[in-house]
Amino acid sequence: MTKTEEKMIVNGKRIDGRKPDELRKIEMKVGVISRATGSAHVSFGNTVALASVHGPRELFPRWMQESESGIFRCRYNMAPFSVEDRKSPAPDRRSVELSKVIKLAIEPALFLEDFPKATIDAFIEIIEADGSTRVAGINAASLALAHAGIPMKDLIVACSVGKIDGTLIVDLNGKEDNNSECDMAVAMIPTKEKVTLLQMDGVITRKEFSELLNLAKENCKKIYELQKKALKEKFG
Amino acid sequence: MKEMEGQYALELIMKGKRIDERNFEDFREIKIEKNIISKAEGSARVKMGETEVIAGVKLNTGEPFSDTPEEGVLIVNTEFTPLASPDFESGPPGEDAVELARIVDRGIRESKCIEVGKLCIVPEEKVWMVFVDIHIINDQGNLLDAAALAAIVALLNTKIPKIKDEEIVRGEYEKDLPVVFKPINIVVGKVGNNFLVDPNFEEEKILDAKLSVSVRDDEKICALQKQGKNEVSMEDLEKMVDIAMKKSKEIRKLVK
Repeated sequence: MTKTEEKMIVNGKRIDGRKPDELRKIEMKVGVISRATGSAHVSFGNTVALASVHGPRELFPRWMQESESGIFRCRYNMAPFSVEDRKSPAPDRRSVELSKVIKLAIEPALFLEDFPKATIDAFIEIIEADGSTRVAGINAASLALAHAGIPMKDLIVACSVGKIDGTLIVDLNGKEDNNSECDMAVAMIPTKEKVTLLQMDGVITRKEFSELLNLAKENCKKIYELQKKALKEKFG
Repeated sequence: MKEMEGQYALELIMKGKRIDERNFEDFREIKIEKNIISKAEGSARVKMGETEVIAGVKLNTGEPFSDTPEEGVLIVNTEFTPLASPDFESGPPGEDAVELARIVDRGIRESKCIEVGKLCIVPEEKVWMVFVDIHIINDQGNLLDAAALAAIVALLNTKIPKIKDEEIVRGEYEKDLPVVFKPINIVVGKVGNNFLVDPNFEEEKILDAKLSVSVRDDEKICALQKQGKNEVSMEDLEKMVDIAMKKSKEIRKLVK
């Protein structure tokens, strides 16, 4: 997708008709992959993420095992058909980095010390990409872990915020992402209001940073309610 | 052994001290050398204490991306050479190397410090491709700030080669690379309730979390990345951004 000269905010509305602080239609469902210990499907508008969790299971090769604690591994991947120009299926630098930061974003919620010598593996597959894929992936992986029955301190919730045409917005779609002045991904432990992932690029002032962080917090709380609802639909 | 060194650093920090007797908001001594590689169009060596990083800039001509037909291309790559640390292995870059390169890349790209619109030779056909290659020579901690600093100093001293009969004439230069900002990357580490800058190798092992902040000359933030295992409160993130913005001004004075 390319940059356009098109105005991104007209009469206070965004290109898809949303208000600046409005999330897209969010759908969440757990238990979508029967062979996985836990799984989830999360969509934000046209962005679709699937996540499955395998384990806890014994970790091979053995030299990778930790005697006092389990490990958590995470892979983020975009399907070749998820974007306009086919993406090569080989892992690119972006996926390698995102897999690392997503792992670190989720790990604080787990009790890995309860699983010595074991691994818990989370796989995130972006089936369709229309902006904010990493946060959709984090929400899905967090739900899949809960669905797998793995004890967690809390769910991890993520959302994207940004700045476009000078306006602060939430949940960027693909076109907005390509034309934004700044985009910022935030993941947090919602009940503690602690941040586990923060990535920003673009140009903003110090004050805008504080405003964006708060906007992310408010919307993470909304997404948290949807996550809990999805789990209750399955188990409640 | 490694853990013991970290443990000692941690005990000192809890007493308000650092293993090399610095204050929490002090950098190690920074030494910058420019134009150290004659074959490169721009280059710099940065030492932060014992940490050493070299950045070299090479310019080639190439095809622009189809969505930016009149803009030059910037590519930042980082090599964790095995000579720099017993922990680095040769072969394809690991996730730490990839993350570091991408953070340095975003700091430069998102700051818009290079006027890529001035790097067009023939629209849709030929533009300058700016390759920034960062080599880690010695890892004694805080590679990220050292790498970002080496990259911006090298770019500020990069010259565009002459083109004659559609060929690049190496060693003869037409003009300077158009660089309009000096983004500075500052990593702020958190241990307990303490915040420190420029963590050395021992301190890096015991940090709860880090925040990497890239700041432009006009005090705008142009890239952020939280690193490390632990979660951070929103208030602490704000404090870390403030420290980074303050330190960036001081470090920028060294960049010429």
